[in-house]
Amino acid sequence: MKNAIYMDYNATSPIRPAVIEAVATVMAEVGNPSSVHAAGRKARGFVEEARAKVAALAGARSRDVMFCSGGTEAANTVILGSGAKSLIVSAIEHPCVLAASAVADVPVFTLPVTESGTVSLNALRELLEKAPAPALVSVMYANNEMGAVQPVADICAIAKEYGALVHSDAVQAAGKIPLDMTGLGLDYLTLSAHKIGGPQGVGAIVLSPTAPLKPLMVGGGQELGRRSGTENVAGVAGFGVAAIEALNHLTDSAGLSALRDKMENSLRQHANDIVIIGEKAERLANTSCIAISGVKGETQVMHFDLAGICISSGSACSSGKVKASHVLNAMGLDSELANSSIRVSLGVDTTPAHIEAFVSSWKKLYDRTKGR
Amino acid sequence: MVKTPIYLDYQATTPLDKRVLSSMMPYLTEHFGNPHSSTHSFGWRAAAALDIAREQIAGVVGAAPEEIYFTSGATEANNMVIKGAMEFWGSKRPKLVTVATEHKCVLESARYCLRAGYELEILPVMPNGLVDLNQLESAVDERTALVSVMAVNNEIGVIQPLESIGKIVKAAGALFHSDGAQAFGKVPLNVDAAGLDFISISGHKIYGPKGIGALYKRAGRAQALVPFFSGGGQEEGVRAGTQAPALVAGLGAAAEIAGAEMTAESKRTQTLMGSFKNKLFAGLPGLILNGDNDQRWHGNLNVSFPGIDGDLLLASIRDLAVSSGAACASAVSGPSYVLEAIGCRQANAKSALRIGVGRFTTEDELDFAAERLIAAVTSLGGIKP
Repeated sequence: MKNAIYMDYNATSPIRPAVIEAVATVMAEVGNPSSVHAAGRKARGFVEEARAKVAALAGARSRDVMFCSGGTEAANTVILGSGAKSLIVSAIEHPCVLAASAVADVPVFTLPVTESGTVSLNALRELLEKAPAPALVSVMYANNEMGAVQPVADICAIAKEYGALVHSDAVQAAGKIPLDMTGLGLDYLTLSAHKIGGPQGVGAIVLSPTAPLKPLMVGGGQELGRRSGTENVAGVAGFGVAAIEALNHLTDSAGLSALRDKMENSLRQHANDIVIIGEKAERLANTSCIAISGVKGETQVMHFDLAGICISSGSACSSGKVKASHVLNAMGLDSELANSSIRVSLGVDTTPAHIEAFVSSWKKLYDRTKGR
Repeated sequence: MVKTPIYLDYQATTPLDKRVLSSMMPYLTEHFGNPHSSTHSFGWRAAAALDIAREQIAGVVGAAPEEIYFTSGATEANNMVIKGAMEFWGSKRPKLVTVATEHKCVLESARYCLRAGYELEILPVMPNGLVDLNQLESAVDERTALVSVMAVNNEIGVIQPLESIGKIVKAAGALFHSDGAQAFGKVPLNVDAAGLDFISISGHKIYGPKGIGALYKRAGRAQALVPFFSGGGQEEGVRAGTQAPALVAGLGAAAEIAGAEMTAESKRTQTLMGSFKNKLFAGLPGLILNGDNDQRWHGNLNVSFPGIDGDLLLASIRDLAVSSGAACASAVSGPSYVLEAIGCRQANAKSALRIGVGRFTTEDELDFAAERLIAAVTSLGGIKP
């Protein structure tokens, strides 16, 4: 595995060395952050320091950051706890938003996306007209499967006209594009540590100072009563370090985007019949969703695995399930093409040599399947 | 001379065992994959960590590995079982029975169910902190979906008679849940012997990491839960969200160590605590033990110092990291509801201290702590019964 080329950063990212150090250091300390003795206060200090760092990443106030176990818990808590009378949810949301909406006891409206993979603002207005107010609009900052960045600023502006609340799942966007929770007027932003070089098992909700939130997990009243349960102190500390590193490396995305574009151009030069899904939209610099018509995604993924290149055929949580992606369906792709796509996602350790290896392996696969 | 401050708050949290940390490190470094990535080896390696840990945890309570589900901690597991089982049974069995001395997350989940329209009966406990089996028997009926009784109390350490409770619960055809955060890996707990359907488990109470726990859920249709988190369908759809292999590996290792060393550790703890207790009671006549003297986890000691102001006492023993009750209530003043439930007079409840010892506590530390406590109480005027 040491020699394997990892190109599945949207599933999870390797933990940054500084994060590992922070996690290991804090793990060696004992103390429950709710305890008032010195050991407890020290643990509390780690949590509060990390809170300020995550707030900086999100562009929000420290006290508006609520830690939890990850992006899924964060999204579930917002969707089920905002108190809105209806939900307007984009068709390309992560399964945790869609599944949480499905069990909410208020009407749910699906916000369609255009062919390019971004939500339709006209449709948003129409839905806001008819949805019981106040509605909660949930549109991810950027999509995990094909990388399209959503018009969050416009969504917020329109939603405000109707007094609606807005949630954005920024799990994939964080660390890749700047987040400005306060400037945009978002009510809820949800984050996951392990997508930005932090540890798995930690996430956060960032709330606006006025956003209502009914807790999902009740008990000891931690996190200002918003989320009970002893904090994952070491994980939270690691999240803080990852957040600051991600902020400091935001500019790296220019380099990633150059690598990604070079990769896509090489593929296209070799085969002009490929489809790069979402390319008409503004995309995350690291994400590429590539379809070869007539070649099943699973077959392609297997080919790359044998070549020591780790990619996926969709989101990690749905990998293993043979089902067309709801994201690609929502973009109007026919299911044959949707089933013939792979997701390549780059990150901090991706090198030009990795891209060359991928391109050369991809060409072999293409030629073989097309009988060249 | 011992090194201060001395950590004596093992019920709030425990230090991470170095053996646990070394089992976690590979998953923080090279095996960083998403365990749900089924298309490549990074994912498979991470997924293997989950399978190994399931076996390690199941082994401690006599369960099958596939009956173990990972959560972010015992609070989540308790929320998940109580809300999930009540919602699953709905109006068929609308009643929930629990006990006044349960952890806050159980009681708060129970009150949530009450607000959602379910029936809730919170049983009192006897002055020794144990559930009165006759009262339990009359409360649990054919309308009861779930009975939730913790195995070991977090504040006063008493061990509830789970096997006897289990028989009563089964006779009524209800489901039996136990919050095992303080018991798992410390006292023998067997899912079949006690007729348990669910056990909540916490990592950081057994020298494992914070932010991870597990739920034992007996395989069967009756034990179905309405999912608490919805999403990517992980953990057989019972609990969505990317699992954290490093944390899971840590929980697994912690469980295995605790299981293997349970008998020896329990004996050592009892000896340590026994001599500490003797010194304390000899040096401070009038000291009151809260909770049963025998039916207890000996890593816990909860005592009241009549006539002493608890806050002043805590302030004068800064080099001992002890608490006045549950950690999550530390910042809240007012007497503990657990001590109230055992009929502790308010003044005595306010002067109570919880002293928790564990794997890394030494005899020297406890000798120092006993002297320190006796001196502090004496200088505050001594116990006035």
